[in-house]
Amino acid sequence: MLRSRSLPKQLPMMLGLILALLVLSIIASLMFGARSLTLQEWISGLVHPDADNYAASVVEKRVIRTLFGLCCGAALGTAGVLMQSVTRNPLTDPSILGVNMGAALFVVCGMAFFQIMSPYQYIGFALAGALLTAIFVFGIGSMGRGGATPLKLVLAGAATSAAFSSLVTAVMLSRSFVMNQYRYWQVGSVGAGTWETLLLMLPFLLAGIALAVMIAPALNAMALGDEAAAGLGVKTGLFRAVAVFVGIVLCGVTTAVAGPIGFVGLLAPHVIRMLMGADVRLLVPLSALAGAIILTVSDVIGRLAGRPGELEVGIVTAFVGAPLLIILAMRAKV
Amino acid sequence: MIPMNAQAIEVMRKVRIGRRRRWALVTAALAVLSLALCAAMLLLGNTFYPVRDVLAVLAGEEIQGATFAVRTVRLPRMLAGLLAGFAFGVAGYTFQTMLRNPLANPNVIGITSGSSAAAVFCIIVLQSNKAVTSIVAVIAGLLTAVLLYVLAQGRSFSIGRLILIGIGVQAMCNSLISYLLLIGGEHQIPAAVRWLTGSLNGVKMEEMTPLLLASLLLLPLMLALGRPLAMLELGEQAAAALGVPTDRVRVMLMIAAVVLSAIATSVTGPIASVALLAGPIANRLVGIGGSNLLPAGLVGAVLVMAADLVGQFAFPVKYPAGIVTAIIGAPYLLYLLVRMNRKGKF
Repeated sequence: MLRSRSLPKQLPMMLGLILALLVLSIIASLMFGARSLTLQEWISGLVHPDADNYAASVVEKRVIRTLFGLCCGAALGTAGVLMQSVTRNPLTDPSILGVNMGAALFVVCGMAFFQIMSPYQYIGFALAGALLTAIFVFGIGSMGRGGATPLKLVLAGAATSAAFSSLVTAVMLSRSFVMNQYRYWQVGSVGAGTWETLLLMLPFLLAGIALAVMIAPALNAMALGDEAAAGLGVKTGLFRAVAVFVGIVLCGVTTAVAGPIGFVGLLAPHVIRMLMGADVRLLVPLSALAGAIILTVSDVIGRLAGRPGELEVGIVTAFVGAPLLIILAMRAKV
Repeated sequence: MIPMNAQAIEVMRKVRIGRRRRWALVTAALAVLSLALCAAMLLLGNTFYPVRDVLAVLAGEEIQGATFAVRTVRLPRMLAGLLAGFAFGVAGYTFQTMLRNPLANPNVIGITSGSSAAAVFCIIVLQSNKAVTSIVAVIAGLLTAVLLYVLAQGRSFSIGRLILIGIGVQAMCNSLISYLLLIGGEHQIPAAVRWLTGSLNGVKMEEMTPLLLASLLLLPLMLALGRPLAMLELGEQAAAALGVPTDRVRVMLMIAAVVLSAIATSVTGPIASVALLAGPIANRLVGIGGSNLLPAGLVGAVLVMAADLVGQFAFPVKYPAGIVTAIIGAPYLLYLLVRMNRKGKF
């Protein structure tokens, strides 16, 4: 279908760098926290996870948390690549488009009006919210001349986010039980992960990344323009629909288990694109890795900066990611 | 100049008189509505005191119970709603007219969140008192405005870029505020939360002084600049041709609008959407073609007071005014985007 482009020469070096960063971030995430462990405690906790002592339970918690953060970051990074490729819009990110907030609104309404409790129900509601919000925002953003320009999409997303977040507040204010549940769900972020939620999310993540890798060559062709892609034999409508669907499902599931986390999907693809160029076949897997690194490091920063409590990972990613949005906006032709 | 005959001049004169009449009518109606809402805010509450008692308390008499309820609770609440609403309306209208874009207002482009972040920093990290906090918030608002303006230059200044950058600045400021709230002590949180959601709850009389002073000083200035502002709406060159010192007018108006809305925010917190809604509502009621600064301010005051009354009494739970206005404003914002997209404004 497509003649494969040769891979960039710096790929092995960059791949090594990314993997090294990944390992470092995992080690940092296992070591640092509200209570720092001595090296001895840490090793004994890792080696004897069944031992009935304090260090073992702390290490087990951190192992889950780290794995959970890696999965969420990978999902958000992949979702970001897919959405940016499909819309040919560098400013796209699930949080900027309001998709995260839509998922959050549905989960809160589910808590308030349908008494949902289990992670399965959270995922169902979050997915429905994410899908409907994405359709709504794309609908508003692509009206009028020129289709979905970056500015129109971002504005529609920001307005929708603002509207939904005030609705979330309104629903919560009248029901204190929802407020507590929501706060736990949102503030918990990656800290609230359990083996159960991790296993629940894993199939979505693996299937999503696999699909994304499979459609990457088609997305590469579509980057040249729809007509050129059609000339190369790519069914643009089908691939666009698949890419958008996979992107939305990935960020909907992440929001359901970890709460709304912003800007990872914006940051990861941009960092990778800066280092490696715009080949989607490389962007998908490497952005997943970059997303995992960004989220894990942000979580470590949140744990250290917020001591004795902890700072939600979403707050850290917003603080790191928003400057990128500003820089991109300064360069954009709007 | 196109040659005009006597008939055309006569028609134009009539149109202008018609507009002036409509302006006066709408402004008077809004003023009456504001006064009615002021009265409602003084009369309604947990206990109903007869009009005679309320008037007597306002005149300085002491009546058991009524004195506290009216003078300490309801009067500051009413004044805050009136003055802050007016300030938000005027500031929003000024920005919208000056930048010729209905989306442009201190809330949307992130100036308010700049002052909020600075204020929360003062409260939690520096533990400064109210006066210092307000001054720092005003300065931070001005600096944010300047920063946004500089960042939005790019190849050429564009409102779209300004708004995009504003969204980024807002996200950063909000995450900073969340961080500060997390590290803040228990007793500092209530003062800091005031800067997040707009509400008239617990406003005290002594907090009103700076807002009162700022309103007395800045509102006449802004009203006086209303005519040059209306000319700015015609476009830079047209205004300059009509003899308006465009840069000076623009800088003065921007400073006045930012200062006024920052001081109002220090009393009530950011009451969402008022700055967005007031200008378009006033323009719709009066019609465009002149300065609608005064009606826009009155619309702002009406919105805030009505939202506060609705939030207090319409539901089993009490909602702060800022939530009520946010829920009214959000659909309008979306409608505005749809309309601007259809017209191909972006």
